[in-house]
Amino acid sequence: MAAETLFDKIWKEHVVYQQPDGPALLYIDLHLVHEVTSPQAFEALRNAGRKVRSPDRTFSTLDHDVPTINQLGPIADPDARLQVEEMRKNCRDFGLRLFDLGSHEQGIVHVIGPQLGITQPGLTIVCGDSHTATHGALGALAFGIGTSEVEHVLGTQCLWQNKPKSFEVRIDGRLSPGVSSKDLILGIIGRIGIGGGTGTVIEYRGSAIEALSIEERLTLCNMSIEGGARAGMVAADQKTVDYLRGRRYVPTGKDFDRAAERWLRYRTDDGARFDRSVVFDGASFAPQVTWGTNPGMVTDVTGRVPDPASFADPVQRESAERALRYMALKPGTPMVEIPIDRVFIGSCTNSRLTDLKLAAETVRGRKVAKSVNAMVVPGSWQVKDEAEKLGIDKIFKEAGFEWREPGCSMCLAMNGDMLQPGERCASTSNRNFEGRQGAGGRTHLVSPAMAAAAAVAGHFVDIRDWARN
Amino acid sequence: MQPFVKVTGVVAPLDRVNVDTDQIIPKQFLKAVVRTGLGKGLFFDWRKDPDFVLNRPRYREAKILVARANFGCGSSREHAPWALADFGFRAVIAPSFADIFRNNSLKNGFLPVILKEEEVEAIFQAIEHHEEAYELTIDLTTQTVSDSAGWSARFEIGEFQKKCLLEGLDDVALTLMHEKEIAAYEAAHPVPYRF
Ligand code: SF4
Repeated sequence: MAAETLFDKIWKEHVVYQQPDGPALLYIDLHLVHEVTSPQAFEALRNAGRKVRSPDRTFSTLDHDVPTINQLGPIADPDARLQVEEMRKNCRDFGLRLFDLGSHEQGIVHVIGPQLGITQPGLTIVCGDSHTATHGALGALAFGIGTSEVEHVLGTQCLWQNKPKSFEVRIDGRLSPGVSSKDLILGIIGRIGIGGGTGTVIEYRGSAIEALSIEERLTLCNMSIEGGARAGMVAADQKTVDYLRGRRYVPTGKDFDRAAERWLRYRTDDGARFDRSVVFDGASFAPQVTWGTNPGMVTDVTGRVPDPASFADPVQRESAERALRYMALKPGTPMVEIPIDRVFIGSCTNSRLTDLKLAAETVRGRKVAKSVNAMVVPGSWQVKDEAEKLGIDKIFKEAGFEWREPGCSMCLAMNGDMLQPGERCASTSNRNFEGRQGAGGRTHLVSPAMAAAAAVAGHFVDIRDWARN
Repeated sequence: MQPFVKVTGVVAPLDRVNVDTDQIIPKQFLKAVVRTGLGKGLFFDWRKDPDFVLNRPRYREAKILVARANFGCGSSREHAPWALADFGFRAVIAPSFADIFRNNSLKNGFLPVILKEEEVEAIFQAIEHHEEAYELTIDLTTQTVSDSAGWSARFEIGEFQKKCLLEGLDDVALTLMHEKEIAAYEAAHPVPYRF
């Protein structure tokens, strides 16, 4: 049998019907649903008199526009309240599981999937959200879709898809101390460009990737979309199996052993060919900070704000000029001299226990700078509870951070948590687009440890220097 | 879905790369529970600038948008093509599109047209050198973009997508014609969860 990639294997297994010279009808094992991209899909289903085909493969939560203070109280914003109500009604009408506010399972959709064990190796997973790529960290094929496709999956449990190309991103060697998987993915995007992965599914491989924990892999795969890729994935290994054992929806006993044996087959065969490959040395990555208005506008923390004149391509130059105007930055400014007003630790990229632990270690016994307002938003109730058991909330609160309730919060600022015009934020989220965290707000993407250190210093610092102190 | 066959109209130039969907339709408009009326939120923050292209009277009736590479990157929000369509656009021309935006557009009878960099550049040039508003015709049957002066360019699109667009087919109904294959798949692959 010909050697196959991980992606080929999952794709092939899920083709229900192949249109000659056209797209494949792909079976979807897991459909995750949230309140913002689904109302129009349910409405269309209702109008056509259709049902949800497989409620046992459909899981819903509320995350995008929920409050992070007193979540069980009334939602002040009438539009957000309506969306939350609609989600509840749709789940009732169509017989779907909803991890509602107040349930221990509630949280950001891409945090709860792996945590509950519904994200498993070899599955096809979709959600009306571009960061669905996150779930690929467990050896699944997971990608974001739009609302019409949400409707289609609800109604048929399938999707028409043209097969993307495969893209190997191999990281050899090891990451240096102080360099996290967030720095790695920002560095990769800086190198391949934000359109670099368009039309592809990335498989991250190599010794540096194998060495990452599952939570670190989730962060890595999460931002595949920022490199333009449909999905990002990491092959299943013993860490994946150990991570899943005992989780809420994972089979137990003999069924687990059988599942684990199958899961471990989800890896690229020796000699399999990718459509495209890049190889980087893990040791070549430093902590990253973005300076512009897309995630590819990024540099080492030891670097400086670039001079737009240094871009050869006129379109890129214009775009860098625009970005610096928006960000109110001068070319040549060292990144570590940029002062910040706000810090946000949260989002589906960096709100898991590992992230919070790292950030807490960084601020332990220190204080948030007077000029800075800092907040931590755990990714789920489970993360929040576990963190509180470890006393992580206390470390943050003593340092002067706000400790909030789970949700997307200031990652996309739909719920009222937002930057004021002109405010500058060190954020562990995934997008620094204009206005993403609030109209006129200025976002710099960084790792949790870098965000925590910036909160204390009042400006960016090289976390590697702190580690030595 | 509204079919797309042939459209002639004014082309509005948006001379930017990497236009992300957060710009096309900012978050405050995502709280809608219907698909219509989103045109008012289209490029909401950019439209605060009185010189922004869509604020110029000649582009009020524009049907085609032309932009630079990687149009529609970022968030998967289908509100982006909904907003463009609600504003009156029927198509966007660019050298490349983000995958999800492209899929979302195709599901709404809103055509993302990929032309070569130099062809897109030629359109920007033509707009600049025209006294009056510059018009293009996009013909899906012949897969061409052309102007009245005889300039034309060809674009690619999958046969299946083309058929769906030309006939305005309902995707779900089309898929349910494969009920037998879907049911067979499900019989062989039970739900992988413990409830
Ligand atoms: S945390 Fe941000 S990126 Fe993640 S799902 Fe929520 S809004 Fe999207």
